[in-house]
Order: sequence, then structure tokens, then C-alpha cells
Amino acid sequence: MSHDMKVRVRLFAMFRHGRFRERDIELPPGVTVRQIVESLDIDPEEVGVTMINSRHCSLNDTPSDGDVVAIFPMIGGG
Amino acid sequence: MSDKIFRVNMTDLSVNIEDVPPEWAGLGGRGLTSTIVAAEVEPKCHPLGPGNKLIFAPGLLSGTSAANSGRLSCGAKSPLTGTIKESNAGGSAAQMLARIGCKALVIEGMPAGDQWYSLHLTQEGVSINEESELIGKGNFAVVEGVSERMGKDLGVITIGPVGEMRLLSANISVKDPDGKLRSHGRGGLGAVMGSKRIKFITIDPADSKVTLHDPDSFTQANRVFTKALADNPISQALGQYGTDILVNIVNEAGALPTRNFTSGQFDGHEKISGEHMHELIKARGGKVRHGCHKGCVIQCSQVYNDKNGRYLTSGFEYESIWAMGADCCVDNLDIIAEADHIMDDIGIDTIETSVAIGVAMEAGVLDFGDGKEILRILREEIGRGTPLGRIIGCGAASTGRAFGITRVPVVKNQAIPAYDPRAVKGIGITYATSTMGADHTIGYTIATNLLNSGGQVDPLSKQGQVELSRNLQIATAAVDSTGMCIFVAFAALDDERCLPALVDMINARFGTKLSVDDVTSLGARILKTERDFNLRAGFTPAHDRLPDFFSSEPVPPHNVTWDFTDEEIDEFWNF
Repeated sequence: MSHDMKVRVRLFAMFRHGRFRERDIELPPGVTVRQIVESLDIDPEEVGVTMINSRHCSLNDTPSDGDVVAIFPMIGGG
Repeated sequence: MSDKIFRVNMTDLSVNIEDVPPEWAGLGGRGLTSTIVAAEVEPKCHPLGPGNKLIFAPGLLSGTSAANSGRLSCGAKSPLTGTIKESNAGGSAAQMLARIGCKALVIEGMPAGDQWYSLHLTQEGVSINEESELIGKGNFAVVEGVSERMGKDLGVITIGPVGEMRLLSANISVKDPDGKLRSHGRGGLGAVMGSKRIKFITIDPADSKVTLHDPDSFTQANRVFTKALADNPISQALGQYGTDILVNIVNEAGALPTRNFTSGQFDGHEKISGEHMHELIKARGGKVRHGCHKGCVIQCSQVYNDKNGRYLTSGFEYESIWAMGADCCVDNLDIIAEADHIMDDIGIDTIETSVAIGVAMEAGVLDFGDGKEILRILREEIGRGTPLGRIIGCGAASTGRAFGITRVPVVKNQAIPAYDPRAVKGIGITYATSTMGADHTIGYTIATNLLNSGGQVDPLSKQGQVELSRNLQIATAAVDSTGMCIFVAFAALDDERCLPALVDMINARFGTKLSVDDVTSLGARILKTERDFNLRAGFTPAHDRLPDFFSSEPVPPHNVTWDFTDEEIDEFWNF
């Protein structure tokens, strides 16, 4: 399988436990945010917010080469 | 025993214990403080003169076993904004006031001389006592001094030196179950208490209890309500990380106001984040989870220790950390914690003061990022009431005026908190239309704009923001009347069991037959009452605006401006 795209993935809160804070990952073009989440062994049901390049996105969106994907659990405050 | 209105007149030092007028019977918390201010305070009065009244009211459910019901409302005409004001805090006082049958404490008039006083409340009423020993002392010393003199189990409400000096950012502190402090932070209500020359208020609940109309139904509804709160994933994350978990998500969204509102992202965000705080607390033997009042099941507070494992602060909130962190470019949590502790002690609003310091930094009074100088200014200038300290201690607008700065993030003179309105447009509508000046809690659109709670409304689009802010402002006015912490809103937005159980508890407490819709219309009525007070005080729609730099200066990384027309903003009040 050709890995010709690099995406920077950022994780937050408890999603960092046993994983990482930020990592550049090589991924096939057309991969969805959901597939990235699952590849990290995160249950999509536990995901609260995802962003591509600081804009909210859905789990079905597909990042492009050089994009930053941020994955948050359900969090709040205020 | 039926609830009473405890009325204290500081002009002639008299006390009256009055029956509750029927039209106030269904009100509590903010609904009651705002109704009394609107009915009894002349809207054009000077907020620090004898015409203003300072009112404390526990929520409808405070003093019961209802989870998260220990919030106290404090209301008056604000000396900072000139509008009506309600500020809401945790601690133990709300539950104690409810238990002694005090539906509201109304403090009016002011003494002619220089004498300071304290008030002592019991089931029997109020005594007014002359005070000298604790005058000039910080809030921690007041709590300690009162405990030594009168016992550890009393409720305490106190002002620090900033309130005594009647600076416009003075807050009012409330003792929490650990003897630490919670604050009625915003709007300068500590200056109103200082103007009435009351240093502190103590409450002795003895063995008094709130009586329930239907204890069985109450217990049942409380069980459902507590489960809805405890099961909610956002509640759980709040317990683990506190509200400071927001630093990274707001930064990622490009909405973290940085360097006096010139950017939406802060390079040092990780160092002030909730994730980092969590690690520090664990490593230093603090407490990750902590409640601001008995009965809290969310536990968003914490105990934050210094490097040597000694207590530094608690209730270390996102907005305080953002303000001294990103807005002043201080990327060191220990310095921010120390600043937080000093501000709690001298009795000043952390948001207003930090934003004012950001403005002072832009003016060149000190450098961005200079944490040491911030600590010095807090202790030696504001704490001692020097001319510079008084300028900064009167808030961001005061500081901007004194130094000729135009980038001053305020609405109705109150500092804009932690979320840039250009990059989260819903919260901009809340800041503009709030009856109390810029305030995030009064209609927290961040939930839906950024956190996907209660749906999703694109933060950068104008679409749907006015309606979102209106619905949340109405709901919040109702929640603020129950004594509930505003964080029950996350469960209320996403769990259909939550609100009906809350209304069932109110009905079981009072024997009423309210529906969820009745409670919502109560919220709308409260907002209209507050708005009407402001109009009578001389405010117009022209005051419901953001400062013009938000329209002319794009904020990176999205490079967006504030682009609502006046007509679009004014649409808010069409309900």
C-alpha cells in the first residue's frame, strides 16, 4: 500500500494516555478521520470533537497531505 | 418554619425579618436577587451610594440534599458596569442561609461614619456588630480570625482590602467546606459591600434543616438527577481535568485570546493546559478532584500544590488561567497559581484584573510575560491601594482610559473573558447582549460552538448564533435561580432525564406543580426584568456592542473579524 501523505495528529486529555501528544503519521490518501481514530485504538463513541486545521470536522471527513487533525474526548468547562 | 426576608438597614443599623411577599415565593437565587434589585433599587442611583442594595439569595434547592445545589447568588447594581448584576459562587453559605430560613438577605443604606461592621445571621435573625480587628486583612486571615473567635463551623462571606477600598473589580469571597475561598467574582460587588462598611458576614446554621413538602418524591428525583450528572462524560472529564482542560481545545480552535487579544493562539498553551496541570497535581500530592460545596458530584475543582507540596490554590479555573496565561503571555502555572492566591486573598476578580494587566502590558507599564512584576503589582500596588494599583484595580476599561489604549476588550466596562468573539461568534452575541456586561457564563455558547454539546453551530458563521445565545441565556437565568451549578447544563443539554428531574425536585421541595416549560418561562422573565432595569438606568441598544477593534482587526489563525450588524444583534431581544 502506498503511503504518500503525511498528517499531523494531535491527541488531548485521556486520549494521550499510552499514546502520544502529537505525531506525524503517514497515511493513504482518502483515509477518514474515523479510520485514524480507530487505528489509534480509540472508540469513536468516546470522541467528542475532531478538527482539521483548527476547523471542526466530522468523522467522515478526509484530511489532505500536511493537514493537522486534532482529536478530543467529550470535554467541557467554562 | 417558613422562609423569611432578612433585611438589614446600615443607615440606622436596624434589622427587619419580613414575610416573603407572594410574588417572590417561587423565586430563588438570581431570579430573586434580580427581582428585588429591579423592584427596590433606583436604576440611576450611584452604585456605591446609599441607594444601592446588596442582596444574597440561596437557590430554590440550596440546603437540600439535591446534588450540586449549593450555589449562592449575590446581586446589586454593579459599580463596574452600571447595570444590574448577579454573581454566583459556591462555598457553604448558600446551604446555611437556606437552612436558617433566609430566602434573601437584603442589605440597604450605608452608615455615615468610618466605623466598620460585621453581620451575624442565625435562625433568630441578624445582629450587627462593630468590627476593628480584621479590618485591612486579607480574606484568608478573615476566615482564620473568624474561626478562632467564633468557631470553625460557621459560614463566612467576606471582602478583602480591595473591597474595603471600593475598587471596581472587588469580589466577595465565600468560605468553602475546606476553609478555603470561592468568589462572587465579577462586577465589583465587593465594592458595594465595602460601601456599606461590612467586612464580613457569618452564618450559624446550628442544627436547622430545610423542610421538604414531599421527601419521598424528592429523594427519587434526586437519584435520577444525580445519575444524569454522574453518567455524563463531560461531568466526568471535569472531575478529572478541571475546567482548565479547555485551554488546548480553545487554542486549537484559534479562539484563545492571546497578548491582549491580538492572536487566537498562544505558543505556551501546553504549559498552562489542563493536561499539564493534571500531571503537576499528581506529582506534587495535590487533589485532582475537589468540590466547591458539599453535595457536588462533578468536582471540577482541585487542590494545586507548589513544587514543595505546599497548598497554593484551589478552584483554579480555566478563565483565570487563560487571563493571566495567554492574555498576559505568562506560560508558567506556578506563577499563575500564586497570582490566583494573591487575588483571592486581597479580594479581586481574577478575570477583570488579568485582562487589565494585559492592557497595562500593551501600554508598556510592564512587559508581556513578566510574571514576577505581575505578582509585585498585585501585592504592592493593588493590595496597598497605590494610584497605579487603583487604576488597574478598577478594571480593564479604567486601565485603558488611564493609559490611552484603544484595544480594550470590554463590554459595558466589564472585561471580555477567555473566548475570542471573532472566532466564536455565538459568545460574541452573549457578550454584547448580556444584561451584565461581557460574561461567558450567562449564555455559554462555547458548549455548542466548540464542544459539540447540545448540537453543533459553526463558530465562524453568523448563522444561528443569536438564537443559540438567546436560548442559552434564558435557560441559564432559570438554572441560576435553582441554586444549581451551571455545569449541570452539560447533562441538561445532552440527557433527557436531567431537566425533568430538576423540576420534580423543585415541586417536591415546595409542593408546586411546575413543568419544564414553566421553568423556561421563568428564565425569560428574569432576563426581561434585568433588561428593563438597565433601560431605566439609561442603557440603550447602542451599549449592546463590542469594541470596534474587533470589527477592524482580524484575529489569526482564521483571520476573522466581528461582522454582525447592529440590527442583527438587536434581534436578540425579540422574544
